[in-house]
Amino acid sequence: MGLLSDPNRRRALISMLTRLNAPICVVCYFAGVAWFMGLAFEPFTLRTYMSENAMGSTMVEERFPAGERALATGREFAAHKKKVGGMPVDWLVKNMQDRGLEVFTQSFSRTLPFPDENKERYIVKGTNVYGILRAPRAPRTEALVLSAPCSPGDSNNQAVGLLLGLAQYFRNQIYWAKDIIFLVNEHDLIGMQAWLEGYHHTNTTGMSWSPLQGRGGSIQAALSLELSSDVITSLDLVLEGLNGQLPNLDLANLFYAFCQKIGVLCTIQGKLQRNDWDSVSGYSHAVQTMMLMVMKQASGRPWGDHGLFLRYHIEAATIKGVNSFRQYKTDATTIGRLLEGMYRKLNNLLERLHQSYFFYLMPSLSHFVSIGYYMPAFGLLAVILLLRALDLWVQLNTPPSTTEDGVADIDQVRHTPGVLSVLTPLVISHLTGVALYALPIRFQETAVEHFPVSETEAVVLTAIAIYTAGLALPHNTHRYYIMCVCGTEQGWRVLKLIAVLYLAVLLGCTALINFSLGFILALTLVPLAAFVTPHVPKVLSAFILVILSPACTLLFSVFFFQELQEMPVSFQDGWLLYLSVISQGILDHSLYGSLVYPLIALLVYPCWLLFWNILFWK
Amino acid sequence: MTPYGSSSLAGSTHDALTRKSTTASRKMAAHRCSCSSWLFILFSLSVFVVADIHETTPVNDHHGGADHNAQTAEQTADQPAVEGRRWEATEVKEAATVDAAADTQGTSAPETVVPSSVPQPKDDFQEELVIRPLHSGDIYASFQFRTLWDTDFMRENKVSHYRLFPKSLGQVISKFSVRELHISFTQGYWRTMQWGQPFIPSPPGAELWVWFQDSVTDVDATWKELTNVLSGIFCASLNFIDSTNTVQPSASFKPLGIGNVTDHSFLRYATLPREIVCTENLTPWKKLLPCGSKAGLAVLLKSEKLFHSSFHSQAVHIRSVCQDWQCKTTSWELRQTVNSVFDLHNSGQAKREWSLFKMFSRTLTEACPLASSSKLYIDITDNPQGEQFELSPATSLLSQAVVLGDRRTFSVYDLTQETTFGSVRSLNLLIRWKSNEGEMLRPLLHAERYVAGYGLQTGEIHTLMYNNHPYRSFPVLLLDSVPWYLRLYIHTLSVTSKGKDNKPSYIHYEPSKDRVKPHLLEMLIQLPPNSVTEVTVQFERALLKWTEYPPDPNHGFYVGSSVISSLVPSTVAMDTNSTRERPLFSSFFPCKEESSYFVRIYTEPLLVNLPTPDFSMPYNVICLTCTVVAVGYGSLYNLLTRSFQIEEPNPGLAKRIANVIRKMRGVPPL
Repeated sequence: MGLLSDPNRRRALISMLTRLNAPICVVCYFAGVAWFMGLAFEPFTLRTYMSENAMGSTMVEERFPAGERALATGREFAAHKKKVGGMPVDWLVKNMQDRGLEVFTQSFSRTLPFPDENKERYIVKGTNVYGILRAPRAPRTEALVLSAPCSPGDSNNQAVGLLLGLAQYFRNQIYWAKDIIFLVNEHDLIGMQAWLEGYHHTNTTGMSWSPLQGRGGSIQAALSLELSSDVITSLDLVLEGLNGQLPNLDLANLFYAFCQKIGVLCTIQGKLQRNDWDSVSGYSHAVQTMMLMVMKQASGRPWGDHGLFLRYHIEAATIKGVNSFRQYKTDATTIGRLLEGMYRKLNNLLERLHQSYFFYLMPSLSHFVSIGYYMPAFGLLAVILLLRALDLWVQLNTPPSTTEDGVADIDQVRHTPGVLSVLTPLVISHLTGVALYALPIRFQETAVEHFPVSETEAVVLTAIAIYTAGLALPHNTHRYYIMCVCGTEQGWRVLKLIAVLYLAVLLGCTALINFSLGFILALTLVPLAAFVTPHVPKVLSAFILVILSPACTLLFSVFFFQELQEMPVSFQDGWLLYLSVISQGILDHSLYGSLVYPLIALLVYPCWLLFWNILFWK
Repeated sequence: MTPYGSSSLAGSTHDALTRKSTTASRKMAAHRCSCSSWLFILFSLSVFVVADIHETTPVNDHHGGADHNAQTAEQTADQPAVEGRRWEATEVKEAATVDAAADTQGTSAPETVVPSSVPQPKDDFQEELVIRPLHSGDIYASFQFRTLWDTDFMRENKVSHYRLFPKSLGQVISKFSVRELHISFTQGYWRTMQWGQPFIPSPPGAELWVWFQDSVTDVDATWKELTNVLSGIFCASLNFIDSTNTVQPSASFKPLGIGNVTDHSFLRYATLPREIVCTENLTPWKKLLPCGSKAGLAVLLKSEKLFHSSFHSQAVHIRSVCQDWQCKTTSWELRQTVNSVFDLHNSGQAKREWSLFKMFSRTLTEACPLASSSKLYIDITDNPQGEQFELSPATSLLSQAVVLGDRRTFSVYDLTQETTFGSVRSLNLLIRWKSNEGEMLRPLLHAERYVAGYGLQTGEIHTLMYNNHPYRSFPVLLLDSVPWYLRLYIHTLSVTSKGKDNKPSYIHYEPSKDRVKPHLLEMLIQLPPNSVTEVTVQFERALLKWTEYPPDPNHGFYVGSSVISSLVPSTVAMDTNSTRERPLFSSFFPCKEESSYFVRIYTEPLLVNLPTPDFSMPYNVICLTCTVVAVGYGSLYNLLTRSFQIEEPNPGLAKRIANVIRKMRGVPPL
């Protein structure tokens, strides 16, 4: 503390920081990236372990016998689905009742803000069917959920069959301490959203649903099951939920433990685990797995039906059956036994899952990176912004003739531009952000009338148009600056100081909630924020600025993600994918309350515009 | 009778007792009022009218000790005799010969409530098991054991000689001046929608409510002591009952026995929704029975099977009842009940059949020798022609009883008769289902409750009450006792039925006091016919002190069941005479009107998560706090309080030495 209270040493420290600012920033940036890449290196990560005692030490036996019958039920379900042309509600109700469940239905309807071209739906009407297995001698205070989405088409019939098979088997067991809810939700995420809102009697997204008749108390954990073929070679675990929320790591541990015990091939992000961590290919495999998780988490969308549970503090994951590794074959009985084991362990829970981590990245299913290990990577990037802010602050406070800096120079402050002059670009860029957020959906009808596009295209293209129009802003705001008497040199410094601090706070908060999103934004926005001044070459800098803008980051992410999934696309396809990703982002926001679109439109984009402003400062 | 009497429901259960209490009050000499006397006159008039109407009713011979009864009844006044004839609801149609067993009948005690003409024995024990096959394929078994004792714990200071009545409870009654005591332990939730109404309702967990005599001066201290004693007797956590979960309901819990108490300051009600019920609670409960689990129906109460069921509830009810219709004398009644529901699916067998052995892993071989009556009832109302299920061994004895607003028919097995056990000397009742369809019976009244909302700051409690009666509306009394750590926003209380605001005609609300007492909310609400009434109230979740969290804070905190008491319109005339002989299961709640019957239902308890600190990281918290204090605060304090001065450049070594020398010389330093 002597360092701060001693004017001489403080001066020395500050002068060092300002003198070496640029090199330190560069070093920090590369250190941050290197740290992040190091996270995937196996010796640096921790092995997963079961933290919850109630699930760890207790033994359960899996005896589910009826896999074949479950598949037959699935085929029957498929036949009825085809006959009805949607969800066979009556058939499901009867089947669940025959299995001794209390069966209830919920109907819901939802009009999307604009048609969803990926899934070809606009006005959605559907019915959820769920049956509750009442635990004997339990007072309806706790429940577990097993859900299987019933989507149009031929997929996921086996999951419904297995769900019914498990219901029948579970019903005959005496050991349940928590009610088990078997849910078949129509229209995947929309149905799940309706059911969860109905269950908790909230309405966050303006959906209309009929109230639920039966409940099982507070839901402790949930699994969503997706199986689309009779033969499964491996099971994939999907964790990423709405807004980048993740379930407690113990749920992943539980899945992994049972896969090991029963001998089922299990993957995360569709990637098998490899043992050759010391080879280059092994390392790059781990990096790919982790980067896929980062990209998925950053998108903020629910990557399975489980994603919507997390808002209600219900630990949930999706288990997907994959049929790709030919040499391994797993039958439905084995998967049933795996699920039985998991539910029996969850049934043993005395408390909600809370012992293990909620913030983690997984480079493989057996290793994880906890928040304490990955945050420094972000911190190294964020510190660049603080260093730049310090530099600017010192520059603002230190006129060339100054001798002392301990006492803030009061006359210097007068030279700095007033609040108003900085406020103008702030307000204007935020208004552009508001326009970007609100207008695309509002003006879709107008756009459709005047241009030969569909509603969805209209929304996406309007968004891109507004985004691009925002770039024209400096010329408009320029006039206001001429009117103010302040020195322009001080003016841009103040603006940049505010912009840099704004960005630091914004990224810091984002990274705390959704590390991946914060880190990806920091990777692109921090260098931009560090170097931009009005004095750099305009054309080149403008080009770099555009390349590093949020929209282009998204475009690159789309290509990168496809690359990681080993499904590279041509530029043409990539562009189409990019457009659909934008429309999906807007839909996710209005359907499920995803916050990525408003975050980008209302905060990140305006912040980027501020730097754009600084570049064209006159 | 009661101050709330005008609101018809407030005294619901107990206005029925008006008549008894008026007669009783003469003897008790404690409460006399003019109103009771004119009520008495009114009542006697009505009885005469009734008597006139039914004078001609043919008297069916009662199969068990009927002759004996007739004699004793004739010795008393005419009216009771007429009453007895009129309400021969338990009349037993005799197809087989009774005379064969007539001699053995003589030994069994009379079936009516202990007749006043017989002074000894002054105590009487009855046992009874009702089995009701439910539509869902489950089986409901309800045991009731009743001990009546003609004594007064209050008057005679020392009651030292105990015969059938358990001494441990008798001492509790006299020591703590208990007027009524009801205690139940329940594991599971009664599923009203599938199972209909239970004979004796109880909430999940433990429930205790006690009326004290008005001679008790410090009720709270007595209550505290009583809960601790009962905790020891029943091996339960009743000692966790304290002021934070005890309430004094103003209207929902009226005495079920005689007594016209209205001052609810002598009433205490508490529930422990988290209480787990197991063998350790059943064993002391069985020890209270005169025969223990050695003989009689109680041999069936084996815990390994009893706790292999969907629902288990055991209870003890102590109250004072009239000995006869005139109620000149009272006696203490101890009712011990066990209710359980056995699950068809969990039996693990594909065959749909039930037997006593399958349910309890025992068969019946004898009645309790001390019991004056020992009977097994099978509800065959839904099975008049035997198309639903088949019963073996068949019995010819039938009985009818009006219970819960419905006239039910029962097959009766009298265990005091040798013939019941047949040649194998053991009774293993077998129920074989024939068809598995059965429409779901919709109970007229049922309720559910849940917590709405998400996040850890606020929430909303929704209570839904369904009136399934097609055209009658009826009032219900809702009692909610919510722990203090859910801070109810009572201004958000709303009651809606059919989309319209439904204004409660009576609201009794006592706000909570942090760490001292819970919220108490009682409302009288009229439920329109065929409707759902929704009661919502918002709450805020309190942040507890860190020592107040239980060891498993992430499990959540329990909120006890709401209690809904109601007078539901009955389809058949209810039996309003509470002293007449009836099966035990139909005589628990006294009945005032013929047109309605009393129902009490409990909603499910709630499990609410409160904001919980991460207890697994105290070390981190301590480290962080210390760092913040030491570094952050220290340096800031240092900067703020230090006065900065321009420091003289450090003098050289030579100069310092020179100064020392100059100081010694006494000249000013350089």
